[in-house]
Amino acid sequence: MSEFVLEMKDVYKAFPGVIALNHVKLQLKPGTVHALMGENGAGKSTLMKCMFGIYTMDEGEIFIDGEKVEIHNPMDALNKGIAMVHQELQPIPARTIGENIYLGRYPLKNYGPIKVVDHDKLYSDAAAVLKEVRMDFDPKMKLGELSISQMQSVEIAKAVSANCRVLILDEPTSSLTQNEVEALFTIVNDLKQRGVAIVYISHKMDEILRISDEVTIMRDGQYIGTWDAKQLTTDFIITKMVGRELTNLYPPRENVPGDVEFEVEDFTSINPKSFRHCSFNVRKGEILGVAGLVGAQRTELMEGIFGIRSKVSGTVRLRGQEMKINQPKDAIDNGVAMLTEDRRGSGILGVLSVADNISIASLNQYLEHGFLLNNKKIEELVQENIRQMNTKTPSSKTPIASLSGGNQQKVLIGRWLANNPDVLILDEPTRGIDVGAKYEIYCIIADLAKQGKSIIMISSEMAELIGMSDRIMVMCDGRITGFIDGKDATQENIMELATQFES
Amino acid sequence: MKENKNFGAKLLDYGKSNPIVILLVIVSIIVGLTTKNFFSWNTFNNLVSNTAVRFIIALGVSGCLITKGTDLSAGRQVGLAACLAGILCQRGDYSGKLLPNMPEMNIWIVLLIVVAVGAVIGMVNGLIISRLKVPPFITTLGTQTIVYGLALISTNAQPVGGFQSAYTSFVAGKIGSTNGFQIPYLMIIALLFGIFFWVLYNQMRHGKYMYAIGGNEVAAEVSGVNTKKTITMIYMTAGIMYAVAGWLLAAKSGGSSSAMGQGYELEAIAGCTIGGISTTGGIGTVGGVLVGVLVFELLKIVLQFLGVNPYYNFIVQGIVIITAVALDIRKNLQKK
Repeated sequence: MSEFVLEMKDVYKAFPGVIALNHVKLQLKPGTVHALMGENGAGKSTLMKCMFGIYTMDEGEIFIDGEKVEIHNPMDALNKGIAMVHQELQPIPARTIGENIYLGRYPLKNYGPIKVVDHDKLYSDAAAVLKEVRMDFDPKMKLGELSISQMQSVEIAKAVSANCRVLILDEPTSSLTQNEVEALFTIVNDLKQRGVAIVYISHKMDEILRISDEVTIMRDGQYIGTWDAKQLTTDFIITKMVGRELTNLYPPRENVPGDVEFEVEDFTSINPKSFRHCSFNVRKGEILGVAGLVGAQRTELMEGIFGIRSKVSGTVRLRGQEMKINQPKDAIDNGVAMLTEDRRGSGILGVLSVADNISIASLNQYLEHGFLLNNKKIEELVQENIRQMNTKTPSSKTPIASLSGGNQQKVLIGRWLANNPDVLILDEPTRGIDVGAKYEIYCIIADLAKQGKSIIMISSEMAELIGMSDRIMVMCDGRITGFIDGKDATQENIMELATQFES
Repeated sequence: MKENKNFGAKLLDYGKSNPIVILLVIVSIIVGLTTKNFFSWNTFNNLVSNTAVRFIIALGVSGCLITKGTDLSAGRQVGLAACLAGILCQRGDYSGKLLPNMPEMNIWIVLLIVVAVGAVIGMVNGLIISRLKVPPFITTLGTQTIVYGLALISTNAQPVGGFQSAYTSFVAGKIGSTNGFQIPYLMIIALLFGIFFWVLYNQMRHGKYMYAIGGNEVAAEVSGVNTKKTITMIYMTAGIMYAVAGWLLAAKSGGSSSAMGQGYELEAIAGCTIGGISTTGGIGTVGGVLVGVLVFELLKIVLQFLGVNPYYNFIVQGIVIITAVALDIRKNLQKK
């Protein structure tokens, strides 16, 4: 009997043009939380996909309880007790919670010679499993009625129901509030007590240090090392991940906020549960951070201003001039741009080139004779943009989908840079981006503010808001609950405003 | 880097991403070498004039496909245009005129009328798809039937003949000798439309917006693209192309009927797909459409030369369409 429940040895995996995993190992002890860390592109997800049978390893071996096993597809992995909760959840919202949990392995009963789904057993089993992950929901509820974090718990329930011995959690907290994170940690601890080995992938240092027992760090497809979590510090982890010392987390800011540039007054959504009576302003050259828990309707408010969502009331003024915004085009034509939260869903034009992605919002500048585009000029703009943003791409013709998340984000910010707006709304600009690229994006934001752009930045990372904002606006449950000067902001006073629910 | 590749390497790259084109060309060459009279001006002229009209239709459909839509009403729209053009272009002294009191009309005015009708039908498609958000498949399936009904009503389900000679002779016109190399007017017209679409797709905002919508409609909208307008324009342009094709087709055939154009949408979609327009959206070129339609027409001629019962053509064509799409989907799957 091995001391490890699962062991991956000497894993090698290459994709055309890149070695994703270069002889990597991973050893999981039962009843521990094993954090897997590394920048985006370090190979964490690839390694997990090899373990879960989504990818086939070119070389390498997997052992379960010291015995060599072959995993060819996710079904194999599940049968061997390996379960995975994906970074992007893939549930079926229109079906019930129970059906989602037992998807693909519905309990059956015999109806004469015909096998039919045993719904009674399905729902009673589902109820029991839900109780195990401390969820108090009717398994007959439609999954779509749950929040993201609740759906995630359902995914974990699914893993529990499969009696998994290894559970992979890929960035489970990226869209959770503090309370929800606590709830997740309770579940993780429960599973740990039962001897389940948990692989925990996250970018959030404080979480890693709190919950994990062991930490394996990867960089550029290489195995760097495994440490006992108790001896680690944030600085040490970052140094190992990045391979160099990062002295500053945030760049110095030289922007000087000027006169009020952009005013929002009495914004109220058509949805009574969404944003209500929101008024605020941003000054020229100011970075306004927007804090709040998930569900505070920050994104909804900004999308309402930008013309993506409908409102019943609300006016927007730029330098005192009222604007009519019914669709994003109106906002953009008036010098207001927005980087949306969902990079894949509403950001990148996946199959199109980096060049097309950068230029799409500013084609009007390159019209000749009123209808022909000057493609040469566009290419010059694109090259300049790539250089300015330090975007790492083989060429401007490369499809954006093949870049890493950080570089995709740089392209998207570059899209708005090219458009040269006066007001730039950034919704979670650094979500899912590694430490190195984050710093570069902070520098760009700071530089834009210095140039006199008004920046509105939504972020769920308090440290980022405190480190980057001149002023922080806090929202709770659809209302603006207060403003804090950037210099005075602390996690505590932000949280206090973020939890001012109406009684 | 890529510019340095020689022609052979480029051809190999092309073959890898368009295996079906290479396959069909090889089959044609084999058939050409083993059957008599395949390599002749007659075959060439046939191929060119068949391709011309279908290329124009395929250009119309291409925009719909690139934006992840489709246009199943294409064939019937061609048919309606052919019927209307036929009715309006009948000789003044023709005894079987559908509109007995109508004076002889100028064929170019007829073209304008037919194009206007096509534009309206296309606009209706586009508005339903972009405003009411009805899936393009359903929208155009509905208009397909409606348009067929209009064609039946306008012709009273009777064949239309007796066209003015100015009309038929223009469309049949050609430069060159009767038995040798010829450049049919049809080919010139088709190429002009090809050039126009190339400019539209590569040099104009409309084209860039179209590709962006195909790549990610929400992202395009958030980037300031007026997606509703662009989509409406795409279906409207398509309608105009079908109308032009119908106008040409009626004269080319020397008569029209409500049955005309049936199934042309599938041929056009097949041509586009063979030519590399991806059903996953955002990908496709005018050159690809031309190659796709050309190869598809070549296939039909090859089958004819092989003496295959024409009924089997449908089966072969269906298989080719599905194969082309399956290969395209595989290509995208592998990238993941």
